[in-house]
Amino acid sequence: MLLIPCPWCGPRDEAEFRYGGQAGVAHPQDPWALDDRAWADYLFVRDNPEGWFAERWFHTSGCRRWCHVLRDTVDNRIAASGPATTQAPDPGTGRGGGRADPSSPATAPTTPGRRA
Amino acid sequence: MTGDAPLWRRREPEAGYDVVIVGSGGHGLATAYYLAREHGIRDVAVLERGWLAGGNMARNTAIIRSNYLWDASAGIYEHALGLWEGLEEELGRPVLLSQRGVLNLAHTTHDVRESVRRVNANRLNGIDAEWLDPEEVKKLVPIIDITPALRYPVLGATYQPRAGIAKHDLVAWAFAAAADALGVHLIEDCEVTGFQRRGDRVVGVETGRGPIAAGRVALCAAGHTSVLTDRLGLRLPLQSHPLQALVTQLLEPVIDTVVMSNTVHVYVSQADKGELVLGAGIDAYNGYGRRGSFATIEHQVAAAVALFPVFEHAELLRTWGGIVDVTPDASPIIGRTPYEGLYLNCGWGTGGFKATPGAGHVFADTIANDRPHPLAEPFGLDRFAAGALVDEHGAAAVAH
Ligand SMILES: Cc1cc2nc3c(=O)[nH]c(=O)nc-3n(C[C@H](O)[C@H](O)[C@H](O)COP(=O)(O)OP(=O)(O)OC[C@H]3O[C@@H](n4cnc5c(N)ncnc54)[C@H](O)[C@@H]3O)c2cc1C
Ligand SMILES: [Zn+2]
Repeated sequence: MLLIPCPWCGPRDEAEFRYGGQAGVAHPQDPWALDDRAWADYLFVRDNPEGWFAERWFHTSGCRRWCHVLRDTVDNRIAASGPATTQAPDPGTGRGGGRADPSSPATAPTTPGRRA
Repeated sequence: MTGDAPLWRRREPEAGYDVVIVGSGGHGLATAYYLAREHGIRDVAVLERGWLAGGNMARNTAIIRSNYLWDASAGIYEHALGLWEGLEEELGRPVLLSQRGVLNLAHTTHDVRESVRRVNANRLNGIDAEWLDPEEVKKLVPIIDITPALRYPVLGATYQPRAGIAKHDLVAWAFAAAADALGVHLIEDCEVTGFQRRGDRVVGVETGRGPIAAGRVALCAAGHTSVLTDRLGLRLPLQSHPLQALVTQLLEPVIDTVVMSNTVHVYVSQADKGELVLGAGIDAYNGYGRRGSFATIEHQVAAAVALFPVFEHAELLRTWGGIVDVTPDASPIIGRTPYEGLYLNCGWGTGGFKATPGAGHVFADTIANDRPHPLAEPFGLDRFAAGALVDEHGAAAVAH
């Protein structure tokens, strides 16, 4: 069971949330400039790392706001979270996007980056 | 293993092979078998990072059916079911195929419409399918609750009599033994960590046990395919999710068919030994840890107890998880890649066990002839950019 640190409500059970997939995927500024392949990439292709992943969660049963979470997809450790309006946390450094637990210092991932 | 003789030989990797298959699940083993048997390509190695068939092949709920809506899906799954029906004879070993029938329940007006439509589509494709009303469901499954009081009452079901289950370990071992007998090397404890390239051609793999050259490289690494292709800079429309299953203590026989529900999301069959085998949906979030979240178990057990009140007495014995890769249209990706010599068989998501012989058969043909098998053609990687119908989970008749 995940304990997801909502930046506004604090750590809450995953059952309160909806998953939003990869964080920081921006709508193309000029969709007409994209060829079919690039458009298909935007629609259908997301990162799928075995390791740190910056993703979005929606606190459906709480404050009903979106946040960013940096989670290790192998062991479900969560290193950081923050409002979705801020920069998504960087899976390489574990920085950005606020802190995992607003009441304690940020816990940066010890082995950032993709797993071997 | 049965008797004293091992089913396959322990091999040391050689410097190179005509074909290297990554992953020894059912798909990798079946692909190797058909490459050797039907195409005469016997210089084949199947590389497995763990133990043979220890991935999703050992973890699934073993349901086999071909009642898919979309013609292309019906085509490939029915091809597989036809092969299942002759598999024991083909491989000369038991796989315990049990054609006990599969019911897919309908719980809403929309479900009913979709189900009746699917029955009609199945029949047009020559696939056995019937629509059952609640009383007929009750006759087949006496322990099911069909009273209208349920939050999601049983409004009927599709029924495929030829569908059922098989013993997944036996299936893997039968393919392994048959492939080994044809000279295929099955190499466990050999993780593929990267690829050797010459320009846009893949000419081998890097492994934990050294480099291995390959005329062709075929990926059957369910759940971990994009982890591998990332190393080539090839991004795929795949997301990996935990999928779990559970079994109860042994019980008297109470159910002799397979019942599935997409709406309340639980699947159940009873193993020969007596355990109830229950499956459900994937965890919503990406993951590679082979354990799912408790919330999923809670939902599936609640759904099972509502439909089958007698289950409330059953003790839960164990739960486990596998990692499945899911595509945007809940259909597999089979075929060539932008890299010459590299072939994909992935994206079977929660439903690839039933495809095992069919997937291996068409994938071997695709690799041997360097063009998609006609049944695999609709499942090419290019469909996502070619304007094909995508994002149709319903079309594949599966829920996630
Ligand atoms: C809980 C659960 C229930 C399911 N229920 C059903 C069902 O009822 N019916 C159905 O049709 N399908 C079901 N499925 C789906 C089905 O199991 C899969 O779609 C199918 O097994 C995938 O093909 P495979 O057998 O080759 O995969 P796997 O058996 O997972 O084979 C892939 C292999 O690749 C290996 N591998 C991965 N990376 C590497 C690497 N880098 N180097 C070397 N080897 C590697 C893995 O160790 C693994 O052994 C279920 C799956 C799960 C997890
Ligand atoms: Zn909140």
